[in-house]
Amino acid sequence: MTALGHRPPPASYREATARRRLAGVLDRGSFRELLGPAERVTSPHLAALGLPVAFDDGVVVGAGLLGGAPVLAGSQEGGFMGGAVGEVHGAKLVGLLRRAERERPAGVLLLLDSGGVRLQEANAGLVAVSEIMRAVLSARAGGTPVVALVGGGWGCFGGMGIVARCCDAIAMSEEGRLGLSGPDVIEATKGVEELDAADRGLVWRTYGGKHRYLLGEADLIVDDDLTAFRAAAQELLARPRPLDLATLEQEHDRLARRLAELGSCADAAELWRAAGAPDPDRLPLLEADEFRSAVAGVRRGEP
Amino acid sequence: MSVAELLDALFPDGHAVREEGGLVLGGARATPGEVAVIGIAGGAEVGVEAAHALAGEVLRVVRELPGRPIVLLVDTRGQRMSRRDEVLGLNGYLGHLAACVELARRRGHRIVAVVHGDAVSGGVLPLGFMADEIHAVEGAHPWVMSLPAMARVTKIPLERLEELSRGSQVLAPGLDAFVGLGAIEPPWDPPFSAALAAALARPAGPDRRAERGLERGGRLLAVFVARCVGGGDAHGP
Repeated sequence: MTALGHRPPPASYREATARRRLAGVLDRGSFRELLGPAERVTSPHLAALGLPVAFDDGVVVGAGLLGGAPVLAGSQEGGFMGGAVGEVHGAKLVGLLRRAERERPAGVLLLLDSGGVRLQEANAGLVAVSEIMRAVLSARAGGTPVVALVGGGWGCFGGMGIVARCCDAIAMSEEGRLGLSGPDVIEATKGVEELDAADRGLVWRTYGGKHRYLLGEADLIVDDDLTAFRAAAQELLARPRPLDLATLEQEHDRLARRLAELGSCADAAELWRAAGAPDPDRLPLLEADEFRSAVAGVRRGEP
Repeated sequence: MSVAELLDALFPDGHAVREEGGLVLGGARATPGEVAVIGIAGGAEVGVEAAHALAGEVLRVVRELPGRPIVLLVDTRGQRMSRRDEVLGLNGYLGHLAACVELARRRGHRIVAVVHGDAVSGGVLPLGFMADEIHAVEGAHPWVMSLPAMARVTKIPLERLEELSRGSQVLAPGLDAFVGLGAIEPPWDPPFSAALAAALARPAGPDRRAERGLERGGRLLAVFVARCVGGGDAHGP
């Protein structure tokens, strides 16, 4: 609190760089980067196209502490090619997850901010995403929880949207966006009448944190604030979801209920009404706290 | 090659597989015994219903047929792109499907994929690309995005992309490129039943696609990078 009694302005997660997000989420000064920019491992495929490269290939990986517990963490830098996954970028995340299998830290945090596969190295990017999926599930099967944080400016799309849902849990901000085919891709492929990518309200209610939380696709919704994401990461690491038959059958039933109850809804606003959300037109205006209370009774989360 | 022809070639000793709505579900007799068959046919796009049905079939096999090998058939032009699929959380359904395949692996089900048509992005990631071994037969055509669409998104002129993709395993659509990257094995020669028997007989191991990409010259950095970050031999204990 300041002398005037106001809360200090929150440190926006969305506006922060990949490294700043790690610094704000993990214990102060605890992060140690692996294969950092000094090693200058860059994308040979971008270089071959005459495109700029980054010394970290758009992702920061390493080890740190969260509440004193050792964790591994990867953070995608949306500022470089929209956080898209190429060969080197993907292999850094795969290496991080394999280190987790070996070291068994308290958990792995994936700070996802990505449009998905990097089209400039399309095939290698797709295979890399597949390897990340396998590595996430393998780490989980080995007993290490993996938690995704989604609150960056590029959202979490394409194959990385699948990766997020291979994790134990997801924390999102209202401003975060999560999906598979992004608005631009759907508009370019299916036409503007299917999805108008310029309609910000439509894009927000389709992919945004509130919808994903109400649907039970995101486990927590938090303010766009580094401290809030830090708290969410701690909370979610403490309740891992076992990769066993009983848990996956429960999830299967939950996804079946969604199709049965809400499957006729082609628009999120329609879905909120069908789900019984109170005053659905007002939901977009609520702060995270108010929103959580407002939808507590109708949210389709874990049983 | 149609699905019926492929099934006859893979399982000359018999199969009972039904094809409905682009999905292929059933069982067959292979060497060394019964296998479950789960797949996507006719290039079908995978939307929320298909993803859920496929996951349900994987879970059924895990529950009712412990340890039975699973043969995944892949012919899909990718995820269904629609507002409704996104509203309902298609990425979540696909993540669930991938987790179900991983569960089957952990419980001792051998998982072999056979790509026999298109294999695209969100259709191949949660099923075919989750297999222990990913094989191909004639007609296999993996790709990510058409070059014209890629040109629009990347702002690289189409002519330049076409020129670049000719010599590039990371850009060219098609099986050769994905074999070079280590993602898919070179196409089987007939008889496919013998090739499948050999694949089913090999023990499951860790994901070694990056190592094969290095051996084949398609991905020179992935192994090095994963080992630098992962430490050890990068495949855990």
